[in-house]
Amino acid sequence: MWKFLLPFAAFVALVVLFAFGLNPNRDIHELPSPLIGKAAPPFALTDVLDPTRTVSTATLQGQVYVLNVWATWCVACREEQEELLAIARQHVVPIIGLDYRDNQDKAKLWLTQLGNPYAAVPFDGDGRTAIDWGVYGAPETYLVDAHGRIIYKFISPMTQEVWEKEFLPRIAAARSGA
Amino acid sequence: MRALLLTWALVASALILSAAQSRAQQAPPAFDDHAQLQDPRLQTRFERITKELRCLVCQNESIADSNVDLAADLRRQVREMLVAGRSDDAIFKFMTDRYGEFVRFAPPLTAKTALIWGAPFFVLLLGGLIIYRVVRQRSRMPIDE
Repeated sequence: MWKFLLPFAAFVALVVLFAFGLNPNRDIHELPSPLIGKAAPPFALTDVLDPTRTVSTATLQGQVYVLNVWATWCVACREEQEELLAIARQHVVPIIGLDYRDNQDKAKLWLTQLGNPYAAVPFDGDGRTAIDWGVYGAPETYLVDAHGRIIYKFISPMTQEVWEKEFLPRIAAARSGA
Repeated sequence: MRALLLTWALVASALILSAAQSRAQQAPPAFDDHAQLQDPRLQTRFERITKELRCLVCQNESIADSNVDLAADLRRQVREMLVAGRSDDAIFKFMTDRYGEFVRFAPPLTAKTALIWGAPFFVLLLGGLIIYRVVRQRSRMPIDE
C-alpha cells in the first residue's frame, strides 16, 4: 500500500508546489518592500521646476499622497505619463514626482512638453533618496498616508486599472481611518 | 558492512568535489574600475560586503559585479559607511531595512529560513537512509552466481 501511496503523495505535493511557483501572473522579479507600514524615509530636495522651493516629507505630512519615481531615461515612464496626467486630473491626492538620477534640464523639458501631472517634483540627482525608499528601478509608485507611513508600493507603469483597483480603495481606507 | 562504508565514502567524496567545484567558479572578478579605499583592510571588507549583496536590477549578480547605476550607487553607499567606521552588520542592516532580506545572497538563519538551511541536510539524511536500506536488503539476498 505504501509503495503506491508515497509516490502519489509526492506527486500531489509537487503539483501544489508548481501551481504556486509557476503561476504566470506572478512576477518573480517583483520584490515586496520591507517599508510597507513604516514611516516614509525623510527627504528635503529642491524642486526641478523651481530651484528656490524645497520639497520635503515634513511639509507633505498630514495628507495622503502618492510618490511616483520617474526619470527621463526611463522608457516605461513615458508610457506612464499619459496615465498619470489622467489620474492627476481627478484631483484625488497630490502626486509627487521624485526625479531619479536624472538631468534637470531634460526633466524640465519633459514636463513642459509632455505635461506635468505632479504637484511637486523633488530632484534626486544622486539617487540617495531613492536608496532610502528602497527603489530599484523606475517607474515605482508609493502611497503614503496622513501619518506619513508608506501603505502601498506598486512596481511597473501606473495604469487607470491599477489606480482604481489598488490605489483608490487604499486611499479611501486611509482617509476613513485617519 | 563493507558495501555501506564504500557507499558513504563515495557520497562524501562527491560532496567534497562539488564543493570545491563551486568555489572554483566564484573566482574573484577584476575589481579596479572603482577607486580603491585608502585602508587595505577597509578595501578587503568592501570587496567581501559588495559580493554578499544582490544587485536588484540584475538579480543574479552581486553589486560588486554589476555595472548598472543602482549597483554603483550602492557601492558608493557601502564605501561611505565603511569610511565612516560602520560595522559590517550595520551596513547589511541598512540594506535589508530598505530592500528586504532578498538583497543578501545568504539569508540569515531564522525560524522563517530554517527550511532553506535545513533541507540539504534532511535530503542527505533521507538519501543515506534509502541507500542503507537498499544495501542491507541486497546483502541478504542469496548469492546465486
